[in-house]
Amino acid sequence: MSIRSVQLTRRQTRRVAALDRPRFGWKKTTWIWIFLLPTTVLYGIYTIYPIIASYWYSLVEWNGFDADQTFVGLSNYRTVFADPLFWNSFKVTLLFMLLVVPARVLLTLLLAIVLNSPKLPLIGVLRSAFFIPVVTTTAIIGVVMRFVLDPSSGPVNSILTKLGAGGIDFLGNQHLALPTAAVLYIWKFFGVTMIYWLAALQTIPYELYEAARIDGAGPGQVFRHITVPMLRPFLIIITVLTVEETFHNFDLMYTLTGGGPYFHTEIIEIYIYRWAFGASIPQLGQASAAAVFFGLLVAVVGALQLWGVYAGRRLRGEQR
Amino acid sequence: MTAVVERTDRQRRMLRRLPWWTAAICLVGIAALWIFPFLWMLSASLKDNMEMFTGGLKLWPSKFVWDNYARAWNDAHFGRYLINTVVVTLITVVLVTIRCATAGYVLARYKFRGSKIFLGVLVATLFVPTGYTIIPVVKISMQLGLIDSLGGMILALSGGAYVSAILIYYGYFRQIPRELEEAAVVDGAGFVRTFFSVMLPLAMPVTATVAVLTFITTWNAFFLPLVFTFSRPDLRTVSVGMQAFVGETATDWSGMAAAGVISIVPVVVLFIFLQRYFVEGISGAVKS
Repeated sequence: MSIRSVQLTRRQTRRVAALDRPRFGWKKTTWIWIFLLPTTVLYGIYTIYPIIASYWYSLVEWNGFDADQTFVGLSNYRTVFADPLFWNSFKVTLLFMLLVVPARVLLTLLLAIVLNSPKLPLIGVLRSAFFIPVVTTTAIIGVVMRFVLDPSSGPVNSILTKLGAGGIDFLGNQHLALPTAAVLYIWKFFGVTMIYWLAALQTIPYELYEAARIDGAGPGQVFRHITVPMLRPFLIIITVLTVEETFHNFDLMYTLTGGGPYFHTEIIEIYIYRWAFGASIPQLGQASAAAVFFGLLVAVVGALQLWGVYAGRRLRGEQR
Repeated sequence: MTAVVERTDRQRRMLRRLPWWTAAICLVGIAALWIFPFLWMLSASLKDNMEMFTGGLKLWPSKFVWDNYARAWNDAHFGRYLINTVVVTLITVVLVTIRCATAGYVLARYKFRGSKIFLGVLVATLFVPTGYTIIPVVKISMQLGLIDSLGGMILALSGGAYVSAILIYYGYFRQIPRELEEAAVVDGAGFVRTFFSVMLPLAMPVTATVAVLTFITTWNAFFLPLVFTFSRPDLRTVSVGMQAFVGETATDWSGMAAAGVISIVPVVVLFIFLQRYFVEGISGAVKS
């Protein structure tokens, strides 16, 4: 074990040594930084700076964008944590994740397995069809679906009326709004997870299936003894990627329900938006405190991902 | 005799393929259901407003009303919004591709002071959501005088999360053999020439992937364009315009469908022609 790891590091160092010259002059160093300049400036201003500035903004009292900022310590956090609507948005965000992630991860796996078999006709057309919702504009889907699901004039309810069960207010009902949004979200982003699984399935060599079949294994056995073990390392990373994606859900929720009815679909991003841009007197300090908390939540899941990738690597390593 | 054997052979082959064809037909049914909302939107954009309500999910309009498109284009300003979106998207794609290609190249091929930290910071911010950064982004854009302008929107969009694009370039440039670069140097090419005439052309497939992914992300962006156009409705992109359209003229549903078709068709067409690159970009997330 130790010998193997030493060999690995030695090989790695050799590769790194081959990639860079031991010394290069100031001219080359200058060019290196010129090449990095666009990313440093743009990414610095619009991603790194906001991440740090959020912490400062969360510590000040600040009404509107040009008013004075006064330092108030942790009082914004106290306000936010005392706000039942904040915890509501936190709950809605997690609940939405629980509704969406299992369906996206497991149903897409089934579809991907079917769409991965080389004997299936029309495979290209089918893959494209399941993927098309992904590339369309989420905000526009949200607006259109609001009409499609409208209780009085939408086409879905006019069909349901003919079947004798009309007038369902999918987006206005407190209990139905979040599940409806979840179903739409699953539909919209199904293709992404499907592609993840297809990429994972393509790492399994076809010979392995052939060999199993020659040995007399049925489709069920092939699935249980080859597909599942080979995919297990990918399950972790695909799940975490999907979880991270469900945090980015402002577009659909905002256009579909705007957080309603009565905050039942208000995810954290809409909560932040409401305090920062939607309120008549913006409470940017408070919104920033919520944003920092949200950022930490995402970071925790991100850390979980790094750990997941690490665990996945180890699982794959053990199989060899 | 041989003819009989051949026929049974063919029959057997057909029989063996039968389950696959059944599966395919089932899947085609599901797929049709899957894209039904788009087909419905397309047909709704050609119906008149009365038929929208009475027609239900029927796909073929009884009368083609092309006027819906004229209304969406002129009265709802979607002609303008479309131009805004095209301008913003194209410039953002160019900026993002250039900055990611150069950064990915330098990080992959050179080890310099700070390169590890640079890469570490990038990876750490892989999943930063827009909801987190939006307030400081708006604030700094105001200080720089860039709010309420397409230029500011473009800069903010191209400064956002494209870490995965840098990582795709990084992975690609890393595996290019050293000899190629050395050959270029022997031929007298400097740092910049080596990049633009040797490395970048080699990375063409990656560039296509990054460009297509960025195009679709930017075209569909909503949060940033929304807050950048609060006081300048004429600068809206199609996604923001759609939201505003329903707020302003709540009764013109077929006009809305037409506006939706105008906004979505460009990305769908792009996807159909370039889907290989798109799929590669997404599956890259799992592989790396």
